[in-house]
Amino acid sequence: MLMQFMLLFSRQGKLRLQKWYVPLSDKEKKKITRELVQTVLARKPKMCSFLEWRDLKIVYKRYASLYFCCAIEDQDNELITLEIIHRYVELLDKYFGSVCELDIIFNFEKAYFILDEFLLGGEAQETSKKNVLKAIEQADLLQEVN
Amino acid sequence: MALKIVKGSIDRMFDKNLQDLVRGIRNHKEDEAKYISTCIDEIKQELKQDNIAVKANAVCKLTYLQMLGYDVSWAAFNIVEVMSSSKFTYKRIGYLAASQCFHEGTDVIMLTTNQIRKDLSSPNQYDTGVALTGLSCFVTPDLARDLANDIMTLMSHTKPYIRKKAVLIMYKVFLKYPESLRPAFPRLKEKLEDPDPGVQSAAVNVICELARRNPKNYLSLAPLFFKLMTSSTNNWVLIKIIKLFGALTPLEPRLGKKLIEPLTNLIHSTSAMSLLYECVNTVIAVLISLSSGMPNHSASIQLCVQKLRILIEDSDQNLKYLGLLAMSKILKTHPKSVQSHKDLILQCLDDKDESIRLRALDLLYGMVSKKNLMEIVKKLMLHVDKAEGTTYRDELQHTCNTKLCNCSTLILLRYISILVELTRLEGTRHGHLIASQMLDVAIRVKAIRAFAVAQMAMLLDNAHLLTGNMQRNGICEVLYAAAWICGEFSEHLEDPNQTLEAMLRPKVATLPGHIQAVYVQNAAKLFATVLRKHEGATDSQAAQETSQLLVERLPLFVQSANLEVQERASCILQLVKYIQKLQQKDVEVAEEVSALFAGELNPVAPKAQKKVPVPEGLDLDAWINEPPSESESEDEKPKAVFAKEETKHSRPRHTEVDEKELARRREARKQEQANNPFYIKSSPSSQKVYQDAPGVEHIPVVQIDLSVPLKVPGMPMSDQYLKLEEERRQKEKAEKKKKEKKKKREKHGKGKKHDSGPESEEDITPAHHVDIVTEEMPENALPSDDDDKDPNDPHKVYDIQGNLQDGSQVVVSVIFENKSDSFLKSMEFNVLDSLNSKLQRPEGAGPHDGLVVPFQLPPGVSNEARFIFSVQSIVMPQKLKGTLTFIVKSEDSSTHEKLDFKLHFTCTSYLITTPCYSDAYAKLLESGDLKSSSLRLEGVNMPFHHLLARICFHHHFSVVERIDSCASMYSRSIQGHHVCLLVKTADQTVSIDAKCDEPSLLGNVLDEIKQTFSQC
Repeated sequence: MLMQFMLLFSRQGKLRLQKWYVPLSDKEKKKITRELVQTVLARKPKMCSFLEWRDLKIVYKRYASLYFCCAIEDQDNELITLEIIHRYVELLDKYFGSVCELDIIFNFEKAYFILDEFLLGGEAQETSKKNVLKAIEQADLLQEVN
Repeated sequence: MALKIVKGSIDRMFDKNLQDLVRGIRNHKEDEAKYISTCIDEIKQELKQDNIAVKANAVCKLTYLQMLGYDVSWAAFNIVEVMSSSKFTYKRIGYLAASQCFHEGTDVIMLTTNQIRKDLSSPNQYDTGVALTGLSCFVTPDLARDLANDIMTLMSHTKPYIRKKAVLIMYKVFLKYPESLRPAFPRLKEKLEDPDPGVQSAAVNVICELARRNPKNYLSLAPLFFKLMTSSTNNWVLIKIIKLFGALTPLEPRLGKKLIEPLTNLIHSTSAMSLLYECVNTVIAVLISLSSGMPNHSASIQLCVQKLRILIEDSDQNLKYLGLLAMSKILKTHPKSVQSHKDLILQCLDDKDESIRLRALDLLYGMVSKKNLMEIVKKLMLHVDKAEGTTYRDELQHTCNTKLCNCSTLILLRYISILVELTRLEGTRHGHLIASQMLDVAIRVKAIRAFAVAQMAMLLDNAHLLTGNMQRNGICEVLYAAAWICGEFSEHLEDPNQTLEAMLRPKVATLPGHIQAVYVQNAAKLFATVLRKHEGATDSQAAQETSQLLVERLPLFVQSANLEVQERASCILQLVKYIQKLQQKDVEVAEEVSALFAGELNPVAPKAQKKVPVPEGLDLDAWINEPPSESESEDEKPKAVFAKEETKHSRPRHTEVDEKELARRREARKQEQANNPFYIKSSPSSQKVYQDAPGVEHIPVVQIDLSVPLKVPGMPMSDQYLKLEEERRQKEKAEKKKKEKKKKREKHGKGKKHDSGPESEEDITPAHHVDIVTEEMPENALPSDDDDKDPNDPHKVYDIQGNLQDGSQVVVSVIFENKSDSFLKSMEFNVLDSLNSKLQRPEGAGPHDGLVVPFQLPPGVSNEARFIFSVQSIVMPQKLKGTLTFIVKSEDSSTHEKLDFKLHFTCTSYLITTPCYSDAYAKLLESGDLKSSSLRLEGVNMPFHHLLARICFHHHFSVVERIDSCASMYSRSIQGHHVCLLVKTADQTVSIDAKCDEPSLLGNVLDEIKQTFSQC
């Protein structure tokens, strides 16, 4: 379940969020992003959510105009990765209140904060939605107080 | 001061915040780059200010720009400044920026150590939280080393929120600073039983990841995890634990047996697909690793297959895909279970999703058997026609070409037609492969030649249909095969004239040179056939017309730029012109022209060359020319493997150069054979046809099941075959049923279930017998490779010849010599078996019975008998006690006598002289799997080459290479252990460094070598 990276991009191929859990150079990251965005966008809507890419497995899912795309290792479980993606979308949805692409564009740092409370180092750290949202709310509160 | 602050906040009001930046970028779609560069300038200004709020805002914007692909590494120091802010609002932004922008090469990371340590110990758990989160992204080995202790302390923090983060990040710390694992592990293990489920799950995660990298260190935790698995209800944790067990079972098979039950329970009970999938995968992996010794595993496999079937039948593409993926894993070990779901998998070929179709195809690869082949091929052919997507199509054709078509001789005919059909597909890239397969089949299987020739003629005739873009795709290679087959077996052609005409069309000149060359040559063969055909008839006109045709068309090829084509064409043109003249004089020429191409081409057995006995007086190892000069061989010298020896310039030994030379020649010969289509290669694919008869000796006539009509008119269509085939089989089945019914009445047993349709499991009875052309063997070939035997004094020394048989059988040749004056008879050979070595006795014989020696010995005569021993472990030498009983017959009386002896199985006797090339040898040594040992021999007073010869002779080694007074040697045990020696000599001292994958075997071999040299 150790995720290598997660990318969020729009139907137009614009990157909306990126989180790398493996150390890579900027150049390499850009190359991977470009390649994957192209590959995933080229897939037809009825196709399954998995593809083999280099020695990794890519798991992606489209929510409205956004693609959520994760890379996992060979022995990892594709279905649980889909669940992680879905859980993250639910979290965003709860936090922003029916989330849309613009929420993530304009509050991209919040989207990162939520992700960081949910996953750490590529592992799911909290499986309870409630706990994640509670942590975010309290941290936000701290921010307001300041 | 106060004024400055006020001024600062007024400034801020005019600053762009992140939202403004995003909006601005969206509004400047046309000149985004320009807009952003002005923004970056502004940000640079903002970063120069003292106000931390302004800086944080700037850093936040930079983080956004970084995502868009702009370089922000120049602002690394400013990011550190924002991270160090005492206010959580800014600290959070700073850490986010750092986690997005920093990597191991960022040098300011060094400056952050103390700040991070401060944040980790902050009383505010959220400060600690962001520091941990950030650290998980940019931790470097230095940071890991410096902060490992702090993080370890946090693992016992009072707040579970911190504990779980600390536990998770420990994994990253271990990766960067492995030394921290040992001190941290006890605490990590403790966390497996943490009261907070989040912390517990984090600990499971980390240990699972660790165990995946190095399972054997975590075997001891298995009971704890077993408990967790049966008690936990959290699917995420369960998946992790199951995965962990998957990694552990290969090391501990007992664990696997224990696992099957809880796993099958989970498979039955869970509703979560992810968990189900994980369980199924692990069960498969466990069963594969157990493979033997599981009495009851077919039920588990059945369960897995059933569940997978449900996944595949699901409308969700994802489940379908994963189901097929897992199915292919089962296929490797339990093909039967998968084959029964063929229908389902064939259905998947119709799926909308290409990746699912590819998976299904992958599965079909492995599923094909004699029985279902027709159906699968048929289905595939349908698919090739409508296939979309290039990868899929390519894959599909590849499947048809290689896998399906290789699997049985049953379908040779089908094969030809499939090949022909394949050529009609656009865009195939496998032209070459198809061509070589066509040649292979046509040459080897006489019965199908007529059919093949007819198909090929059709192909040649329709070559223009194939063209289009065929040059680029290599499909024209097929014409190479077609032309050759039509020429060589032209007697089968119905209308050679037409084919000849087709081969000489001007369009042919656009084909690649090597194909044109074949066209020209085979046109001549066809010409000969045409002449012969018309000779008998009175109609000399037709023959003359044919000559005329050649004379007209050939000049086109004479002008070819390709030398081969040109040469052949001009040669044949002159020949035809000459024939033409003779024809005009009404001379019969057909016989003579045919003689040009007389003689049948037969395939040559791969071992044929080896079987030719070396003629007397020919020494293959002797130099024909002067050996190459010193300097040349110096260059060729491969690198020494064990250690570098100072090279003293001396003339290299002939033997060594011979070895190299031989290797080179061998390589060249292999190359040549590979390029020669008429040479049956030793590649597995072409040998598959002979699966049933592995030895060449048994090949001569092979009966193959060929239940397909031999001649089918018209263009080949798969349907026709399939129909005929099915009809025939159904008829057979009907007959069988009748017979069976009769039986039933007699026995009145329960009715047997009968499958219907072509999927029946019954064997297909052959409709035709086809003889495959005998492979050519040289006359006076030896029946089998004889081993050299050196006879030794009997009754004292038994020479043991280790022969590789199943890796654990040793053949012992015993030479009996009668040194007495009496006649010896009724000899019985018996050995007291040990646990390890047993004499193989005929079935029914007791374990202590002796074996009758199958001969009698008159005085002064010696004879050899062979006995087979099965040996389990070969790493230790063995002595077996034995007795020979016999009857001594003198003139007036006969006495019963016995002779005790000992059979000494040295470790050496398990070694087989095996040649090894220096590169393979080097690879072997570099692999690091071998244990080393060494030996020193003092006072050895013999030339180095004698020494080597002695090791080779007595201990079955071969010299890999020799450089001056240093040589590397190799041998292999009958169980496949590699034994490598490096022998060096200096001043009567010989040192032997040795490596072997089995240390005790090596030790014993070295002892034996020592023994050998102590005797001299």
